Amino acid sequence: MRKLPPIMVACLALAAAAACGSDTGGQPAASGSAPAAGGGAAKPLEGMKVEVAAKWTGDEQANFEKVLKAFEEKTGAKVTYASTGEDTGAYLGPRIQGGNPPDVAILPQPGLVQQYADENALKPLSAEVQAQIDQNYTPYWKELGSAKGQVYGVLVKAAHKSLVWYRQSAYDDAGAQPASSWDDLIKNAQTLSDSGVSPFALCAASGWTLTDLFENVYLSTAGPENYDKLSKHEIPWTDASVKTALEKLAQVFGKKEFMLGGSSGALQTDFPTCVTQVYAQKKAAMVIEADFVAASLGQSGAKVGEEAKIMPFPKAGDTAPVILGGDVAVVMKDNKGAQALVEYLASKEGGEVWAKQPGYLSPNRNVSPDNYPDDLTKQLAQTIISAGESVRYDMSDLAPSAFGGTDGKGEWKDLQDFLRNPSDVKGAQEKLEADAAKAFKK
Amino acid sequence: MTERLDGPQAAGGGESAAGASSGPSEPPADPSSDSPQPGAPLSGSDTPAASDTPAASDSLTASEESPAGPAAAGYATAAPPGAVATAGAAQAPARLGPSPRLAVTFLLPAVLLLVAWMIYPVVYSIWRSLFDATGDRFVGLGNYVSIFTDSSTLTTIRNNVIWVVVAPIVVTALGLVFAVLTERIRWSTAFKLVLFMPMAVSLLAAGVIFRLVYEQDPDKGVANAIITTVHDAFSSSAGYPGARPRENDQAPAVVQGGAVVTRQQAQAGTPVLIPLVGLTQDAVKDAAPAKAAPGGDGLSGTVWLDVVRGGGGTLNQIDPQEKGLAGVTVEAVSGGAVKATTETAADGTFRFSGLPAGSYVVRLPQSNFTAPFNGLTWLGPSLITPAIIGAYIWVWAGFAMVLIAAGLSAIPRDALEAARIDGATEWQVFRRITVPLLSPVLLVVFVTMIINVLKVFDLVFIIAPGSVQPQANVVALEMWRVSFGGGGNQGLGSALSIFLLVLVVPFMIFNIRRFRRDEG
Repeated sequence: MRKLPPIMVACLALAAAAACGSDTGGQPAASGSAPAAGGGAAKPLEGMKVEVAAKWTGDEQANFEKVLKAFEEKTGAKVTYASTGEDTGAYLGPRIQGGNPPDVAILPQPGLVQQYADENALKPLSAEVQAQIDQNYTPYWKELGSAKGQVYGVLVKAAHKSLVWYRQSAYDDAGAQPASSWDDLIKNAQTLSDSGVSPFALCAASGWTLTDLFENVYLSTAGPENYDKLSKHEIPWTDASVKTALEKLAQVFGKKEFMLGGSSGALQTDFPTCVTQVYAQKKAAMVIEADFVAASLGQSGAKVGEEAKIMPFPKAGDTAPVILGGDVAVVMKDNKGAQALVEYLASKEGGEVWAKQPGYLSPNRNVSPDNYPDDLTKQLAQTIISAGESVRYDMSDLAPSAFGGTDGKGEWKDLQDFLRNPSDVKGAQEKLEADAAKAFKK
Repeated sequence: MTERLDGPQAAGGGESAAGASSGPSEPPADPSSDSPQPGAPLSGSDTPAASDTPAASDSLTASEESPAGPAAAGYATAAPPGAVATAGAAQAPARLGPSPRLAVTFLLPAVLLLVAWMIYPVVYSIWRSLFDATGDRFVGLGNYVSIFTDSSTLTTIRNNVIWVVVAPIVVTALGLVFAVLTERIRWSTAFKLVLFMPMAVSLLAAGVIFRLVYEQDPDKGVANAIITTVHDAFSSSAGYPGARPRENDQAPAVVQGGAVVTRQQAQAGTPVLIPLVGLTQDAVKDAAPAKAAPGGDGLSGTVWLDVVRGGGGTLNQIDPQEKGLAGVTVEAVSGGAVKATTETAADGTFRFSGLPAGSYVVRLPQSNFTAPFNGLTWLGPSLITPAIIGAYIWVWAGFAMVLIAAGLSAIPRDALEAARIDGATEWQVFRRITVPLLSPVLLVVFVTMIINVLKVFDLVFIIAPGSVQPQANVVALEMWRVSFGGGGNQGLGSALSIFLLVLVVPFMIFNIRRFRRDEG
């Protein structure tokens, strides 16, 4: 709270009215803010129907529907949920073309916000929603949901990608302590390796795990400003800051005893397999990946918080890195119900209802960590709040998919090649720059 | 590619052909033409891709032939007058067939389908391949140039060449061998059934199976399990793989060329300490605690695991909980030559007896630390294409065998008998009689396999891990990846698909010609 800029403090003071920030609309407290004010007997949206589409199924869907239920009770609107399946674009595309999109859609990537905004398929968020965003999110997130100078989307569900998972028994055997800096992490790796266990199980066959690793090191060493520039390809990959980050990575990639199976073994291991190698086969001590590793612990019998523990990704430079992935809510049909629903999802109130469900992490910094049902999520939420302004979105998901999201191409391939040959930092940078230039040109 | 498109297309074609044929057939209102609907089942019932194309082309040739009457007549008018009579005579029998209008009516559904499913997509792909990723900017042949200049697409072309050269030959040869061998045995049907079985598995499932077969870990991957078992039967690995000295300046020993060597010259009377790390506590849980070697005359010392569970302990000193390493070969080296060799005792101590006085370097040779043989890296960049071709052969060899066996049962027995009576050996019969008689079938199988191999996709996609996809890539997979699988460049994707089409067409034409010659 101390770190909030003054305008935020003002906002909080006026929280119920939701009438501050960039809200330039004429009548702040009067009409639209009624749903945010909450409570009261009046249900302003009585009888209104809202359709929301998201990719979640099963438990995630059930949890989300509880949030929708709370919204219905509060406003009187009737919300129906439609599951888009894994490929949200393939579901929404035809519905947009047919002129019948859902009122609200939750997109798995900010890139889709740009795409749909270009197709004029999105409606700008109302002043009330923007007020909620200003209040609960840093300007970075507002910009991320914006296109062509308009605010279209707000991140409502986050995945925390700045974690190192470790196996407690391996740390105990080696007598190591969780690392708070990158150098400590490398020292730990040496200690673990001396004790006869491979320090890292890298899932390098899944290229995105390497981009996540690079992004954490880069955000930490180069800082948020450079991170933003590199995300937009405003600085080239041949920049000195990239060199620093790659050299840090080479401290791991360059020692074959630091990786289970050496680099050749790491390059054959895909994502959930590396989790198995740490927790079920107990061949390695650490896996560097996001909070969703917990879902892969399943059969290994390792319990989160006991055998399977996390540490925040250690600082490799001046910034403690916090990188999020996540889902962005957008309005596709301009009506009061749709705007009110997105406003609710972006609000502290809606976020706290959602936070009480398992498997949810809110990017909203005003959602108190006390709401989460387990300690792990509390810890994650704490890192988001304390990182404040320097929280960033996954860089490879912001890049054109030809660079940041294709198997065997672009960043994925170049980082895998770097893992194969970590001594050639310069060559890796040149290849990354060549591929990035090709992909960003389009 | 053709197979995928053909499956649903043939079925849909049948239905819509049936629907369409009833529409246009109304104007003639001919009751005799209304009742049979041969057009629909004709295109719908031919399921296999290979036979589908000839069928379609046959209907095309039929359309060329049926208007032959009027065409011949038109030609005749330009011919000298004397020829008119013969032209008229030729025209008369043509009247026996359906009228041109009726023929066109019947052909229309097939032609429409052909245009909609084949010609339009091909033409549009060619058109699209001349534009850039967004489809807005005309780039001429730029996409084709980039196919042949980009190193990743060149790799795919190289891989396709390897595939085309290796896979069809091996599949056909194996199919021939299986067919000839199974023909003679009692339970031949059972054998053929087993060999044919992989065809019943989808290529995707076959890919998943072989991904497991090729796992590096011998405990999981069958291929490496076999190799390591055979290997270990001849040479076994002993000692302490992974053990090594600590990497810092205080460590009394360092790694040199795989062997562990003391940093200082050792003197008789001063025990040598060689602390090692990198082994788990479980690996030495039965070992005796390490002891310091007693002094006295001769060169002595201790090799032990300098790690305490839970950390702590004094570095480079023998702590009570630390275990000795037994059975390590130790050499005393002086002036580059090994002067004496001994082995450590259970508590890790060693002593050279009868060594002349002087200073020596103590060396633990590499043989102490060789890692167990772990098999081949099938899924690594160098072996990936042969590995996937192996999976492909597993799937298709049975198919080739069944086709060749069918041809084998059709060749005249008397030729074989005659050769045997004339004293030919079985090899000669096979080489000089069976194979030449079978050559038409072999050729068909071979060419079909070439077409099949050019469009290989699923196996590469599934078996190669993400990190070696670039090394395993083939044109069909690259086409998909570039246009839909994240690349987002449908211009280049179209160019690749046209390139693939150009590669496949000669073999298609060859096969169609063969079929037609066989029918004629």
